[in-house]
Amino acid sequence: MREMIRLFIVILLFSCVSGGLLAVVRSGTQERIEYQQLKFVKGPTIKQIMEGCSNDPLSDRFKIMDGDKERSFFVGEFDGKRSVVAFESYGKGFGGDIGVIVAINVETDEIVGIGVTTHSETPGLGSRAKSEPGLSEQFKGLSIKEPFKVTADGGKIDAISGATMTSRGVCGAVVISAGIYDRLKNEILKKIKA
Amino acid sequence: MAKTVVQEFTKGLWAEIPPFRLVLGLCPTLAVTKTVENGVGMGIATTFVLVCSNILISLLRNVIPKNVRIACFIVVIATFVIVVELVMQAFAYPLFLKLGIFIPLIVVNCIVLGRAEAFAAKNGVVSSFADGLGIGIGFTLSLTALSIFREVLGSGTFTVPITSVSIPLFGPSFQPFNFLIEAPGAFVCLGLMLCIMNMLGKK
Repeated sequence: MREMIRLFIVILLFSCVSGGLLAVVRSGTQERIEYQQLKFVKGPTIKQIMEGCSNDPLSDRFKIMDGDKERSFFVGEFDGKRSVVAFESYGKGFGGDIGVIVAINVETDEIVGIGVTTHSETPGLGSRAKSEPGLSEQFKGLSIKEPFKVTADGGKIDAISGATMTSRGVCGAVVISAGIYDRLKNEILKKIKA
Repeated sequence: MAKTVVQEFTKGLWAEIPPFRLVLGLCPTLAVTKTVENGVGMGIATTFVLVCSNILISLLRNVIPKNVRIACFIVVIATFVIVVELVMQAFAYPLFLKLGIFIPLIVVNCIVLGRAEAFAAKNGVVSSFADGLGIGIGFTLSLTALSIFREVLGSGTFTVPITSVSIPLFGPSFQPFNFLIEAPGAFVCLGLMLCIMNMLGKK
């Protein structure tokens, strides 16, 4: 019995020290990681889906409080009108959360484009959601009111073969984005004109 | 029997160089050595984890109860791996994107656990440090050699570590030997290098 308690305490101490150390490292690096993600992950994706815009969406951004969460919105200017907002949401994929940026035209409520930012999907299968345009192209021009489901679930988005879970995750993220857009539309319109 | 610290260090560079002599940790070896930059980055990350975990486990070797030692080792190793992962995200984000899942997978790299169990748990801090550093540098050298071989022949480029600049080596008419970049090519390369090392060792 005494031996059991000793084992228990040793492992408990190990885990506590490890957890504490990781918390310190995490809070120390968090800000830098966010900046790096903006630069290397969201940057290229946003530029790609907002191709042809006449401003720099990365610097032309604003934040809105959504409940207790702060969300960043990136503005795209097309033909002299600030008509497109892009923002990120997360869907549940096969290997974890998939970050998807959805760009929406605020005048027509149509999707201008979507792009995958961060993911931990299987290399060569799920990772094709990011590396190949096949999946994200299908969302272009769809109304934000669509149900967004893969064909296996009765929707009209063709899943990547071998990566249905990933494709579902991307659809899920777009559905969440549609919800966010619905909730915050008034505020977005206010900010975008300001 | 007692080896000097220098011997503990140098054995990792030739006599027990992973993954050729110590045939462990093949998964990252085969998977990431597509470009020189990835190979070197993976080697350095593994070296850091190996050295830190060896030092800590050797310091704690009398505290850790025998029957839960593996669990304790894994906690120590996993902690350092996550530290590496966070630091790499903060300071070398493009490299982190390329190595992806293979950084967290250092936790289950048999070299790290193997050195903890076979060496650090039985030896003092200084020789454990030397052992970890030697094995780590040896691993980095092997990955670099393997990735140079694969990248130069397989895609005809040389990616300079840190700068991520790919230099084409053979001009536009070069037909890359794609097989080497794929997974089976990695096995063949590894086998050939192992063969060469054994031939050199025989003499």
